[in-house]
Amino acid sequence: MAGGSRSIGSFDWVIILLYLALITIGWINIYSASFDPSTEAFMSMDNLPFKQFVWIILGFVIIAFILFLDSKFFERFSSVIYIISLLSLLLLFVFGKTISGATSWYNLGFMSLQPSEFAKAATALALAKYLSDIQTNIKTLKDQIRALLIIALPALIIIPQPDPGSALVYAAFFFPLYREGLAASYLILGASAITLFVFTLLIGPLYVSLIVFLITVILFYRNRKRRPSKRIYIGIAVVAILFTFSVNYIFENVFEQRHRDRFNIVLGKEVDAKSIGYNTHQSEIAIGNGGWFGKGFLEGTQTKGKFVPEQHTDYIFATVGEEWGFLGSTVVIGLFILLILRIIQLSEKQKNDFSRIYGYSVAGILFIHFVVNVGMVLGILPTVGIPLPFFSYGGSGLWGFTILLFIFVKLDGNRVNEW
Amino acid sequence: MRKLLLLFVVLTTGVLFTARLFYLQVYDTSATTLSESNAVKEQFEIPQRGRIYDRNGKLLVSNQPSYDLMAIPREVVPFDTLALCKLLNITKGDLIKQLSKARKWSPRQPSPIVSTMSQEEYAYLGEQMRKYEGFFIQKRSLRDYQIDFGANFLGYIQEVHQGIIDREPYYKMGDLIGRQGVEQQYEELLRGVKGVTYLQKDRFNRVIGPYKDGALDQEPEEGKNIYLTIDSELQKYGEQLMVGKRGGIVAIEPATGEILALVAAPNYDPALLVGRERSINYTKLYNDSIAKPTFDRVLLGEYPPGSPFKALTSLIALQEDAISLSDKVYCNGGLRYGRNRNFGCHHHRSPVQLVTGIAYSCNAYFATAYRNTINKYDTPQEGIDNWNAHLKSFGLGDFLGYDIPIGRPGYIPDSKYYNRSYNYPQRRWGTMATVSNSIGQGEVSMTPIQMANFSAAIANRGWFYRPHILKKIQGQDTLPQQFEQKNYTTIDPEHFEPVIEGLNDVYNYGTATHLRIPDIEICGKTGTAENYTKINGKRVQLTDHSTFVAFAPKEDPKIVIAVFVENGYWGSRYGGRIASVMIEKYLKGEVTQKHLENWVLNHTLEDEYAKPLSGKPFSINDGKKIVGQFLLNQEQETTD
Repeated sequence: MAGGSRSIGSFDWVIILLYLALITIGWINIYSASFDPSTEAFMSMDNLPFKQFVWIILGFVIIAFILFLDSKFFERFSSVIYIISLLSLLLLFVFGKTISGATSWYNLGFMSLQPSEFAKAATALALAKYLSDIQTNIKTLKDQIRALLIIALPALIIIPQPDPGSALVYAAFFFPLYREGLAASYLILGASAITLFVFTLLIGPLYVSLIVFLITVILFYRNRKRRPSKRIYIGIAVVAILFTFSVNYIFENVFEQRHRDRFNIVLGKEVDAKSIGYNTHQSEIAIGNGGWFGKGFLEGTQTKGKFVPEQHTDYIFATVGEEWGFLGSTVVIGLFILLILRIIQLSEKQKNDFSRIYGYSVAGILFIHFVVNVGMVLGILPTVGIPLPFFSYGGSGLWGFTILLFIFVKLDGNRVNEW
Repeated sequence: MRKLLLLFVVLTTGVLFTARLFYLQVYDTSATTLSESNAVKEQFEIPQRGRIYDRNGKLLVSNQPSYDLMAIPREVVPFDTLALCKLLNITKGDLIKQLSKARKWSPRQPSPIVSTMSQEEYAYLGEQMRKYEGFFIQKRSLRDYQIDFGANFLGYIQEVHQGIIDREPYYKMGDLIGRQGVEQQYEELLRGVKGVTYLQKDRFNRVIGPYKDGALDQEPEEGKNIYLTIDSELQKYGEQLMVGKRGGIVAIEPATGEILALVAAPNYDPALLVGRERSINYTKLYNDSIAKPTFDRVLLGEYPPGSPFKALTSLIALQEDAISLSDKVYCNGGLRYGRNRNFGCHHHRSPVQLVTGIAYSCNAYFATAYRNTINKYDTPQEGIDNWNAHLKSFGLGDFLGYDIPIGRPGYIPDSKYYNRSYNYPQRRWGTMATVSNSIGQGEVSMTPIQMANFSAAIANRGWFYRPHILKKIQGQDTLPQQFEQKNYTTIDPEHFEPVIEGLNDVYNYGTATHLRIPDIEICGKTGTAENYTKINGKRVQLTDHSTFVAFAPKEDPKIVIAVFVENGYWGSRYGGRIASVMIEKYLKGEVTQKHLENWVLNHTLEDEYAKPLSGKPFSINDGKKIVGQFLLNQEQETTD
């Protein structure tokens, strides 16, 4: 059976219910975070909760549209969608509208549209298409580079907008790449690089080099019966030490002070609650204020006083923390984890490579947004401005994630019919 | 395997975030207090402090508005310091000092910068205030005294200090609290309850509305007015009589235990301890280590009671059946006991019985009565302890439990005391070693209010109410329970009549015949107490203290009075005169015995008090004795 004649019952209701739950809870918190007792008309486009409500309703229209399309449409037109998406990003440099320093929006009059929110889905489709091609072998360097290009292109366009946060999201495609057989050494490499990076910032390059040297020596002697190659050990150690010093150099000389501050605050090297660390400090206070059960809807003092900047967008989780407490926050975290796990689980069931790879991309994108955003609000990751999916205020973000998710729901719904 | 790793990463993240949430929200509670202080503003409304009236409804203490300049250091923006100093009439140094003190206490909470400004100062300042961000004016009420006496029992109010704030979180920096007297005792009634309004602030520290729709707000509760048992006319009269003397007068209504007058001399004008001058004036009063105006002699002074104690010796002897009314004691200038020992007495008719013994204040009689009381028991230890128990039932030797926050227990010795001081059982002691107790000397000591109280118990024929100064709380019918409960002494009622007869005869033919008041049957007892001080480390006798207790009328007594005048020489001289005119003043409303009144008003003891400070030998007891000769030698030594 093809096309839109299939029954709606075959879509995954778990994902749909989780989506509805997240959207609803998200909206309630946006209502609270942007609550202004002086607002008279709820149904006004000046009223953020009402606007978000409109975006949600329009989101349902988009969902209906996606579910109505032929499931092969996405696979067939993935390249076109990808190229249109890249163009939309490029044209920002000409027609873009600047909001808080970043030229990331098109002004449509009644709303501003942020193409980078849609580029994620487009990139996921393109990557899925490429990797699912029978001729592609991710274990070869050539194909690795091509796959990397597909991922990196939109990211490279987004970085100079400047919107490094949105670009960071493209690291999410590590999920499908790894699942499809990217060598584990990349993982080890990445993890080592991050470890070296953090430790260099914490204790300085000299000590890190010393530790690297010691570890190398110890490993070498433990393995000496297997007659290891001295050259490899020396090579690895030298690279690691060079990396350490370059990290230090880049951090001190290439990074701007605000970037340095953000890292230093998370690493606990700097405590400055008034200026730089203000966001983090306030969001920790707000969350801490929630206690076990929270202050209750519209009762959060920090939320009401709007102490946490951007509390209806990037810092929306602070409102969840304050008004719904440990229990409410844990439920929200649980819902996200369930959604991501459900997507991974369904992806594994796909008989079609394209659907599986796309599914893993969706899981990866949702996961990295979730980790970076909540990690920032909880004060365990540096301040990076990316939204919390389905929660943060904003039409583009909401629609971007809705499209991303429901293409997968559509692809998955079709699995039953494909033999 | 690869799938599992991704699942593991996702789940680990979930656990990690939950753990972090647990830490922030449940484990680490510092955020709650932080958020309170940055998002919620407490605004206080301080209620009017309750007024204080006397027993007849006369207003003694009311309130006057006063204004504090407060500052929230965090919100203070740089301002024209000199202009503000000029407005406030303070130096720049003071202003900076106050501000840094405030910042040290709390940058977020308001602290007083200039306290208790008057209405005029406020009017001058009010217009200009909005120029100074972070400063505001807090209205308070200060005491407005309608009388210039009674400072000792009224107490005063002062700003709370850190110690009080730590102990009682109700108080915030700059709040006022009652200190001493009824202001301290009935602080919670008088102060009422502060009103609190909680306001929600935003991140710019602007108030954006009520917090929780005002659900936590509290209306201020007005302080309650209280009525004291004090008769302000009598109190005022008592303080006039005591000008130039040191000591005190306690007057109690025996049927109720209500304190009618509580005069401590020297006293001071309560208005001295109001407002900005309070601290300076208090220091001045406190540093007067000679007259000690802040030392309340009627409540804190522990003195040997002297002869009034003989009434108690009689009562105990009668109760113990140690002496009968018809027993006669021969007194020939005292009681001889042991070998060459004499317990001296003054000249009077002999022999005496109980009633005449009291009237003539015969030492020999009471020494005998006391000896018989103690010797009734097998050992002097048992005897003393039994005697001690009787006295305790009169409220002696322990805190009396009245409603003024200061006091002393006095002392009534027991067998343990004598065992210790005589090193028993290595050395033994007998009744006669303690015989001074019989006439209220020796180890016995009590405060003037305790003297008034035991006299009340005698006037009532065997019971007393705890003395108290609170008559009525506005809007309440009952008093604290301990003031509405009769305390019975261990003496049977029938033993009181002969003793009262004797006390009455003190006026009829005894030591106070010249103090009689027409139409009033007074019962009283004179007292003369030897006392000593130390000059340059040497014990020097001073002129005797004059003590006096009295109650009247004899039947259905309305007033009991105890007078104590330091170095007043003998009982009837100062104490007796004061007691008589006070009784007349209270019972008749006027004083007819003008010669008594004038004598007291025209005599002061300032010369007497100056003697020990003169650095020269001086005469005591109207020149009967010269003491301090050693001072002469010292002078020679230094001049040589």
